[in-house]
Amino acid sequence: MTSAEPAEKLLSPVLSDCWDDDRPWTLDTYLRHQGYQGLRAALAMPPDDVIALVKDSGLRGRGGAGFPTGLKWQFIPQNDGKPHYLVVNADESEPGTCKDIPLLFANPHSLIEGMIIASYAIRCDHAFIYLRGEVVPVLRRLQAAVAEAYAAGYLGKNILGSGIDLDITVHAGAGAYICGEETALLDSLEGRRGQPRLRPPFPAIAGLYACPTVVNNVESIASVPPILTRGKEWFKSLGTEKSPGFTLYSLSGHVTNPGQYEAPLGVTLRQILDISGGVRAGHRLKFWTPGGSSTPMFTDAHLDVPLDYEGVGAAGSMLGTKALQIFDETTCVVRAVTRWTEFYAHESCGKCTPCREGTYWLVQLLRRIEAGEGVQGDLEKLLDIADNINGKSFCALGDGAASPIVSSLQYFRSEYERHLTERRCPFDPAASTVWAHRSTHESATEREVHA
Amino acid sequence: MTSTELGLPALPAKPYPAEVHARLAEDAAELIGRYPVARSALLPLLHLVQAEEGFVSPSGIRFCAEQLELTTAEVTGVATFYTMYRRRPAGTYHVGVCTNTLCAVLGGDQIFDELQQHLGIKNNETTADGEISIEHIECNAACDYAPVVMVNWEFFDNQTPESAKQLVDDLRAGRDVLPTRGAKLCSFKDTARVLAGFADERPGVVDASGAGGAPSMAGLRLARGETLPGTPGTKVVAPRHEGTEA
Repeated sequence: MTSAEPAEKLLSPVLSDCWDDDRPWTLDTYLRHQGYQGLRAALAMPPDDVIALVKDSGLRGRGGAGFPTGLKWQFIPQNDGKPHYLVVNADESEPGTCKDIPLLFANPHSLIEGMIIASYAIRCDHAFIYLRGEVVPVLRRLQAAVAEAYAAGYLGKNILGSGIDLDITVHAGAGAYICGEETALLDSLEGRRGQPRLRPPFPAIAGLYACPTVVNNVESIASVPPILTRGKEWFKSLGTEKSPGFTLYSLSGHVTNPGQYEAPLGVTLRQILDISGGVRAGHRLKFWTPGGSSTPMFTDAHLDVPLDYEGVGAAGSMLGTKALQIFDETTCVVRAVTRWTEFYAHESCGKCTPCREGTYWLVQLLRRIEAGEGVQGDLEKLLDIADNINGKSFCALGDGAASPIVSSLQYFRSEYERHLTERRCPFDPAASTVWAHRSTHESATEREVHA
Repeated sequence: MTSTELGLPALPAKPYPAEVHARLAEDAAELIGRYPVARSALLPLLHLVQAEEGFVSPSGIRFCAEQLELTTAEVTGVATFYTMYRRRPAGTYHVGVCTNTLCAVLGGDQIFDELQQHLGIKNNETTADGEISIEHIECNAACDYAPVVMVNWEFFDNQTPESAKQLVDDLRAGRDVLPTRGAKLCSFKDTARVLAGFADERPGVVDASGAGGAPSMAGLRLARGETLPGTPGTKVVAPRHEGTEA
């Protein structure tokens, strides 16, 4: 797909299609939009055929890793005599990521329908939604939607006369980014500190309560009902060969119109900016993340990278959660990376030494560099510590912490060096605010120093 | 607190008064019944005791431990891991300002600085009247609405220093305050009860504030052929409207 592609081909609202209807979070509205038709189609098929269909559709996990959803379901051993569990990861906390929360706020039933289909496929009769705690409006709508689904016979005993039972428990977390890591999430759901587990065994073999468990992201599960109603060929007609389907791209930062843009996988940032009004007026793109702060940053040299799993990977980053955080030339990259690193240090669970100690020392170094108090050798030390975290930590949080440091030094090393040689931060934070243009627009551009 | 300062071990926590204990035990039994294994109810139970006192007190920890047949050390280990469980009372309105990178750069840092000055308190402190507590928070999954402020975990989107100061002034004056996404504010304690897993019974709260603001609808509006502020009037049509479905 190139930027010459006509704009009318670009967007494909499926998950977001009913968001502008009357009270889209209600069962009535959802039913008007083919709601629970996917479930009826699934219940008419043997469970293994549902797994095969989702596998053949090519749906890949939307929570960051891109693992094939159907394959995850297939890994659940059948006829093993143990309970099976489905756990939905709604702990959306990766900096920049803001797709599942608006989705659940607007249309929680799409998740519930997908959960019933997935539970039927993997033979599970108790499923959980682990929602981060800090989003009470979303929690209210999820609780209400689950209650509606029970009352309408989509949950509980003998769903739609199928003989299948399913209970869904909505579970609110309590503020811990690490619980987005699937094994830490399971420990948290078991009432423990949210710390990741050693793998193997993988959750498919020993997950919740040491039973076979599927952990899926909200958007992955919500994408299942349309595959059941419209078919795998339709799904594969969208997106790219290895990354089929539609997805929510979340545009934020220094742009004219931040928001959710649902499009086939493989569009480019240039295309999304072209149709959405671009970078904020009078400014230009400096750096951006393709999928949250844990994915190595890109620059304006990457505007035409296809935003699918392969395209972003080939360009040296990861598609992640498709959280497109845009920063313009007023932004100090050292400040941005320092803040992200403070986040990782705060959220490190403390279980493994490289991450716990490494993120602490990265923060100390970055703070003094940002304050103009860095010394020669600090940049090498940053890279050395990052190298001792990346790939050597217990879970992906450590890798994520290294990403912004390594990638920003790759693209903006001269800006770090200016902090060292000028012994100050050469940027004015006021110029980056959304209200900067109201008072100090001219100084914002005058003081811009990015080479 | 004197014993702690002297380095002496804390005395065992007092139990809740009998009537409080009885009421909470009933709630706890309901929460525990939602899980195949009782301990899974620990996070909900901690939200429950926070709903009682506005923070997780030693008595609250003792209560959770008794309900789940855990030691108080085990419960404390869990409670201290999660940032939403407070060790000191929150204000009636707990204000969180996102200062993760994107919100901070777009103005969250300035909002947080000015709010602290305006209220005369620092991070994780509460005003003397007990009305407002403030803390800087991490990314709250609302980056397309940056800078974001949360009050009792309801969304106040697209804030400025002025709007945030007006917000806390209104709260302290007892004026009704409506989030941009969420329901009319209730107290921090009442919010914690919803987090424990008990539905908010106030009428209209589920429907309050619509399906999302302009950012949530941005792509959808373009796909419907509408234009956004600052975009050229290009008509954008989704492929599914062309009958190309397989």
